[in-house]
Amino acid sequence: MSELESFITIIGLTAITVVTRCFFLVSDRELRLPGWVQRGLRYAPLAALAAVVVPEVIMSQGQLIATWQDARLWSVLAATLYFFWRRGILGTILVGMAVLVPLKLLAGW
Amino acid sequence: MSSSLRALVRHPQFAAGVREMSGVSLGIAAWGLVTGVAMVKAGLSIPLSLLMTFTVFAGSAQLAAIPLMGAGSPAWVVWATALCINLRFVIFSAHWRPFFMRFPRGQRMLLGYLTADLNYVLFMKKFKEPRDDEGQIEYFLGSSFMSWLAWQLPSVLGIVLADVVPTHWGLGFAGVLALLGLGYALMSDKATSFAAVVAGAAAVAAFALPYRLNMVVAIAAAVCIGLMIDGGGDAGRRVLASLMRSKPRGGVAS
Repeated sequence: MSELESFITIIGLTAITVVTRCFFLVSDRELRLPGWVQRGLRYAPLAALAAVVVPEVIMSQGQLIATWQDARLWSVLAATLYFFWRRGILGTILVGMAVLVPLKLLAGW
Repeated sequence: MSSSLRALVRHPQFAAGVREMSGVSLGIAAWGLVTGVAMVKAGLSIPLSLLMTFTVFAGSAQLAAIPLMGAGSPAWVVWATALCINLRFVIFSAHWRPFFMRFPRGQRMLLGYLTADLNYVLFMKKFKEPRDDEGQIEYFLGSSFMSWLAWQLPSVLGIVLADVVPTHWGLGFAGVLALLGLGYALMSDKATSFAAVVAGAAAVAAFALPYRLNMVVAIAAAVCIGLMIDGGGDAGRRVLASLMRSKPRGGVAS
């Protein structure tokens, strides 16, 4: 991408941030969504997160990983156990990294 | 203006927002640092990287957009990807609406711009319904101020020091772990959790689609399964019944 193209892309990305975060804040009138849309939308945020996270954990280069010797798996396992034990996001990150880094650096996974 | 700003900063709920957000700011910071490094490594110039971090201000969308920009994808592909990833903010904004409605549109949109993932989770856990006597907005601004700092400072650091920060030991995974923790915190009941599992599976299955369209497939699949469970039809009822059965030992009754 040229500098100009990158610039335009970044401006567009900014617009996307504003439009998505302010979507239901713009109108002064109450927006009445049909009931099924409201119910359906309840499921979307978590689904979007899962759709970002799951491929990052169990895929590399567009393929499912075929080995258990992957630091990410053990990191996520430890982070998950921690979360459901203590329910803290910071601890989840720290525990996950504490498992990931040694496995990557020492075991080369 | 400056006196109202001082009153805001001195408000106990502002301090509470700062404090509670600082608990997770290490994760935000690691993620910001990685994003800063990634922008420069993908070939963005330093001025453009700074522009991106100070205007786009959306970690997951940036992390997804950066490799595409580096690979020279057309702008609309980058935008479509970011839009899919940011769709969750549309949903969040519907939840923010009752809390922000007493402000004029301009201020509302400024508040909206600041609504990232973690201040959403912290806020919605703390406040169940809009009230104007418990410092909700002060809390929101405190936590937003903290998350903005915790994101921008390391991000700028990453941009400036891109060639020095080592990434081979997996610093970037901190961002994934932050999203993971966030996702767990959002799991409110079994139906949404089940829909999230469906979304994860769909995102992997449809990964080969171009332009990260697997995001759209995953969200659509999750919404469909959610509506099916909610709808009270035969199949939905059976899924719901098996979800209720599947956790026999002392979990939360939902």
